[in-house]
Amino acid sequence: MAIKGAIVIDVERCKGCGVCVSVCPKQVIALSKNVNVKGYNYAEMVNEDCIGCASCGMVCPDGVITVYKAKL
Amino acid sequence: MFNEEIVKPENLVYKKTDVLTDVVMHYCPGCPHGTIHRIIAEVIDEMGIQDKAIGIAPVGCSVLAYNYFNVDFVEAAHGRAPALASAIQRLHPNHHTFTYQGDGDLAAIGTAETIHACNRGENIIIFFVNNAIYGMTGGQMAPTTLVGMPSATTPYGRRVDLNGWPLQITELVAQLPGTYYVTRQSASTAADVRKAKAAVRKAFENQAAKKGTQFIEFVSTCNSGWKMTPVQANEWMRQNMFPKYVLGDIKLEGEIVRPYNPEDSKVIRDLVSVK
Ligand SMILES: Cc1ncc(C[n+]2csc(CCOP(=O)(O)OP(=O)(O)O)c2C)c(N)n1
Ligand code: SF4
Ligand code: SF4
Ligand code: SF4
Ligand SMILES: [Mg+2]
Repeated sequence: MAIKGAIVIDVERCKGCGVCVSVCPKQVIALSKNVNVKGYNYAEMVNEDCIGCASCGMVCPDGVITVYKAKL
Repeated sequence: MFNEEIVKPENLVYKKTDVLTDVVMHYCPGCPHGTIHRIIAEVIDEMGIQDKAIGIAPVGCSVLAYNYFNVDFVEAAHGRAPALASAIQRLHPNHHTFTYQGDGDLAAIGTAETIHACNRGENIIIFFVNNAIYGMTGGQMAPTTLVGMPSATTPYGRRVDLNGWPLQITELVAQLPGTYYVTRQSASTAADVRKAKAAVRKAFENQAAKKGTQFIEFVSTCNSGWKMTPVQANEWMRQNMFPKYVLGDIKLEGEIVRPYNPEDSKVIRDLVSVK
């Protein structure tokens, strides 16, 4: 059994500030090459190493990250 | 990447609190005002005091804070939030009136209101967001701008001989008998957010027990005014703001636990005499 996490980013509300990227202990998040409607390079998950620690959610100024964690 | 096995309601560990509205905040990308709003809103949510909380918005970038909190809010004239909060809390002694103010609002134009509300020991909470600059108006020097720190009005850095010393208003209000809890927090890492939340909770609990003025400074950034990326600004804050604006409790239960360090101003005075 392993603890696995996942995040859901509200892409259209993300401002691409990169603060979440800087705090993730597992380098799960990166800014996309694509932009949202407002022209921001939004944050996205780039691997499956998330541990569901919620650090990204706690520092996101715009509250756009929802975090899940499960024992699989 | 979307994992259907993990993303289920029963596995939820973190989501934006409903004490914040769904209005998109006007703040610049990476601005800590958003994070600090959420910290306060989460505590209001967890304590179940949403219908008893009354916020006072300042003039400054957070002038529109009332659009983002799902609680009653009043807009104050520039710097007058503590006066307004005093009146509202006196009329509603079982409610939770709090101000939310920047350094220009609280420590420049509103210095008198800040000092006198704290000295009267009004049963209010003052949230003070210190980004060492006037963010809203284009990055002018604030009372809290560091020595040597550039701003729109001090392009070569703040000079003590011209501009005076940075005002440590948090240490100052701790000296006043009316303040019960005075602490300095920050919000750029998950650990700091957790500590700040505990501090905010303590302030609301002290207020419920009618202990007097609760004063929480958040050392913050203004990446636009500082002309840095949000991540660089956080790093600059840790390197340059934290040595001057030291995090942690200054006054607990009415007792000063970390006295103002006179060495601090001595160091600055030495710097001046070198010039
Ligand atoms: C009576 C009055 N004087 C001056 C101003 C201009 N003004 C608007 S916001 C501000 C300072 C804002 O700085 P701060 O309180 O640090 O907030 P921040 O934007 O940095 O969060 C000033 C001087 C005003 N709106 N009203
Ligand atoms: S929950 Fe933790 S591990 Fe997962 S993306 Fe966020 S910061 Fe990274
Ligand atoms: S911290 Fe929030 S707004 Fe900033 S990039 Fe990450 S998800 Fe987007
Ligand atoms: S100007 Fe500064 S304080 Fe104002 S929203 Fe932008 S980053 Fe935040
Ligand atoms: Mg300011």
